[in-house]
Amino acid sequence: MRDIAVVAFAQTEHQGEDSGLSEVELLAPVITEVKQSTGLSRFGFTCSGSLDYLAGAPFSFVSALDAVGAWPPISESHVEMDAAWALYEAWVRLRHGDVDTALVYGFGKCSQVVREDGESGLPELMTLQLDPYYLAPLGPDQTSLAALQARAYLDAGHKEDDLRAVAVRSRAAGRANPYALDLAEPGEEEYEVAPLRPSDCPPVTDGAAVIVLAAGDRARELCERPAWIRGIDHRTDAHAFGARDLARSESAALAGERAGARDVEVAELHARFSHEELILRDALGLGDDVRVNPSGGPLAADPVMATGLIRIGEAANRIRSGEAGRVLAHASHGPCLQSNLVCVMEAQNHG
Amino acid sequence: MPQFDSLTADHALEFPGGYTRSVGPVIGRFLTELRDGRLVGVRTAGGRVLFPPVEYDTDGTPVTGEFVDVGPECTVGAYAWVPRPRPGHPLDRPFAWALITPDGADTAMLHVLDLGVFEAGAKPPKTLRAGLRVRPKWRAERTGTVGDIESFRPDVTMINAPVRADYRLSAGRALSRFLGGVAQGRLLGHRCGVCGKVYVPMKGMCPVDGVPTTEEVEVPDTGTVTTFAVNNIPDPRAPDVPFVSAYVLLDGSDIAMVALVAGLPADEVRMGMRVRAAWRPREEWGQTMANIKWFEPTGEPDVPFDDIKDHL
Repeated sequence: MRDIAVVAFAQTEHQGEDSGLSEVELLAPVITEVKQSTGLSRFGFTCSGSLDYLAGAPFSFVSALDAVGAWPPISESHVEMDAAWALYEAWVRLRHGDVDTALVYGFGKCSQVVREDGESGLPELMTLQLDPYYLAPLGPDQTSLAALQARAYLDAGHKEDDLRAVAVRSRAAGRANPYALDLAEPGEEEYEVAPLRPSDCPPVTDGAAVIVLAAGDRARELCERPAWIRGIDHRTDAHAFGARDLARSESAALAGERAGARDVEVAELHARFSHEELILRDALGLGDDVRVNPSGGPLAADPVMATGLIRIGEAANRIRSGEAGRVLAHASHGPCLQSNLVCVMEAQNHG
Repeated sequence: MPQFDSLTADHALEFPGGYTRSVGPVIGRFLTELRDGRLVGVRTAGGRVLFPPVEYDTDGTPVTGEFVDVGPECTVGAYAWVPRPRPGHPLDRPFAWALITPDGADTAMLHVLDLGVFEAGAKPPKTLRAGLRVRPKWRAERTGTVGDIESFRPDVTMINAPVRADYRLSAGRALSRFLGGVAQGRLLGHRCGVCGKVYVPMKGMCPVDGVPTTEEVEVPDTGTVTTFAVNNIPDPRAPDVPFVSAYVLLDGSDIAMVALVAGLPADEVRMGMRVRAAWRPREEWGQTMANIKWFEPTGEPDVPFDDIKDHL
């Protein structure tokens, strides 16, 4: 079976507030960018990941196809998940062997989720994804649930200072990344929801990202140094938080084991809250020698539904630039790291 | 900010009247019992009790049809403290989300933990910890939703019992004379005709010799701390916590009196320290020791221990 590689990646310069552009307008320039860098104008398969609830309109993802150019009709699919899962579907599709290239994109415009009082309603919006019988009626927002997991992690023998260190490092790395937000060094902060402080939480972000996958010889033609996908796997935990150990991530550990999460030099983790990075490091067995989120990660830019795909693109960039030989990318969705995807990429093509 | 003059409009996504869902026999049984004020879990094929009940165990095995009474005693697992509730939250004052496992169950439920009334922005209370024992607070009107439990509350571990008795006390002859002096800014005592010791305040008798005393002596409002205690429990008469209560041996007297010491950090008070009374403004004086707020350091050199060792 042919190996599949990331041959192009583009992302927007993510914004912390509404720039006035529509989703399609955010997306179109980055799709144009990868078409130009690969010289491709048509793809064997197209798959996207987005969330209609961010736009407040059903089937809003369909209009995003305007940015792709879908006539004559293209072979296309969509997941209502982070676009990292769209990449997984495209990877499976390319393994069939009858098409050689795939376009994968994701976008999220979080700034337009605004409560009646003018504050961001993104934490409440995420309540709608919860079990409607036992969880959603109580109204727990996304930050509260993350704080619940952070407490479980701290009670398993860790310190709040460990969380601070992740926030400080992530924001510093983000300031050095032209695509991430320019967020200040965390100072003295009150709790947002204890034990989490505002800098432990992801910033409201608008943005889009796109990746081109190609198979075998086609990948070598399109890219000087493709990032070959050596393993990719995704697993899920129980939705009910009370039925699992929140201090650990069994699904991330299993996905990592099956994707071959070892001997990596760089890891891009879809850790939207400080403690999630620490739980994922444990689950994926990442030692202190692994560079984690040199891009700044989701704490420096979190365009929801593209954030996970960006992890794959950022990690692939380390291969394509020659900085690293073996890298790991991780994506997550659902409350408290419910589902986890791990993708391991290498410079060497053994296939 | 928008890069150009962008049109915006408000927009809401809503199912007017709410979205109707069927709950099925397992969740339906739980909600029905909840409406009656009971907590039930469901037994799995492996013998565990899932709470709240779901149709399948985490390994995918269907549960049995056996429902088990659990609680009402429950234990808190992970928790999150909300110092500033958001509009969709169930309480408009600080509270905690918590994973709550009833006795007899093997899994937990997310619910609201009400630890009492706190100011907005309050730090997590010390009582909030894993292992806290709690029980449900039921709503009077229940409809068969998870909100039929208003919140969970900690078990009763303490009560507050009011204690008060009222009196009208007479100071007696000696103390009335002493407080009469204090009302004029004077500190009076008696010298014992037998042992020669000076008592301030006077009692009208020498407790050592058992004889009446009548020789009045006035002493200055300066003295020496012989020993002291640092108090961490607030007292309406004292400055901030921690405050210091001390034995102050007034110059010319032989028995120390108990007084507050202030005007310096509590950890800098020392035995042998020289102090002077800090009087309230004269217009506030009455026949009371409250005329002296406390004693403050004079800045004189400390008195050697040997000179005060007989006055501890």
